[in-house]
Amino acid sequence: MDLTIGHYVAFSAALFTIGVFGIFVNRKNIIVILMAIELILLSVNINLVAFSVFSGDIAGQVFAMLVLTVAAAEAAVGLAILVVYFRNRGEIAVEGVNVLRG
Amino acid sequence: MQLIAFYILSTVVLLSAFLVIAARNPVHSVLWLISAFFASSGLLVLIGAEFLAMLLVVVYVGAVAVLFLFVVMMLDVDFVELKQGFLNYLPAGALIALALLAEIGVVAAATAAREASGFDPSPGADTNAEALSRVLYTDNLMLFQLAGLILLVAMMGAIVLTLRKRPGVRRQNISEQTNRRREDAVQLKDVRPGQGI
Repeated sequence: MDLTIGHYVAFSAALFTIGVFGIFVNRKNIIVILMAIELILLSVNINLVAFSVFSGDIAGQVFAMLVLTVAAAEAAVGLAILVVYFRNRGEIAVEGVNVLRG
Repeated sequence: MQLIAFYILSTVVLLSAFLVIAARNPVHSVLWLISAFFASSGLLVLIGAEFLAMLLVVVYVGAVAVLFLFVVMMLDVDFVELKQGFLNYLPAGALIALALLAEIGVVAAATAAREASGFDPSPGADTNAEALSRVLYTDNLMLFQLAGLILLVAMMGAIVLTLRKRPGVRRQNISEQTNRRREDAVQLKDVRPGQGI
């Protein structure tokens, strides 16, 4: 039996599920929530590349590159917000974040 | 052979991903995240997308994971307290995750039934990087520039957010120091004997 697109789709579905599960389970620890978002983006990337390779169209890999860029930018800005939040409140529990409304 | 490598690498990725969300210590979470990214770049090499695999290692392991480690170590947080409520959120989280898995499973089953049109990681070129760059710098030039703009905005946003001016801190001002003249600093007073100034 050969490697097919089905393998990759099933794998990235499992990875996506773990990421979503991580967001729901780690409700207090926002750092782990950000890491779970990275896992979700990784699964989307693998899906895009797999479809691109197995259908012989390079556009999917270009798109995966853009997703990678946005993921890096999102991590940087998210962690910067986290640092400022920690500086102001002295904790990083997500339940108190609604004070950001002002 | 390819299939064996796929199963090994995907098992490593899924196990590491689970440990990312289950580890008690966030530093361990970051290390598991690095392991997951490494193994998934192996998965991309397996189907011939070498350039994106290397990009994944450079961007995620080299930049994002180090950023996470830096922030985790910089914030002095009581992490034992953060783990509380893990079991409270478990049923709802598992329910939603399983619903999403079922949805994607339906799509995956439908896709697997369809015959894939062909296996070609680098259409129209010899190597994967060449194929990608041929499209990236011509047809998708605007997207490429926009990606750069997004990175610039993110960098400026992170700097603006974390920059802080502390009041009462004395800093060295070099131009002020070199502009200082003798007339500004020294006053000559003629003090008569027996009197103050």
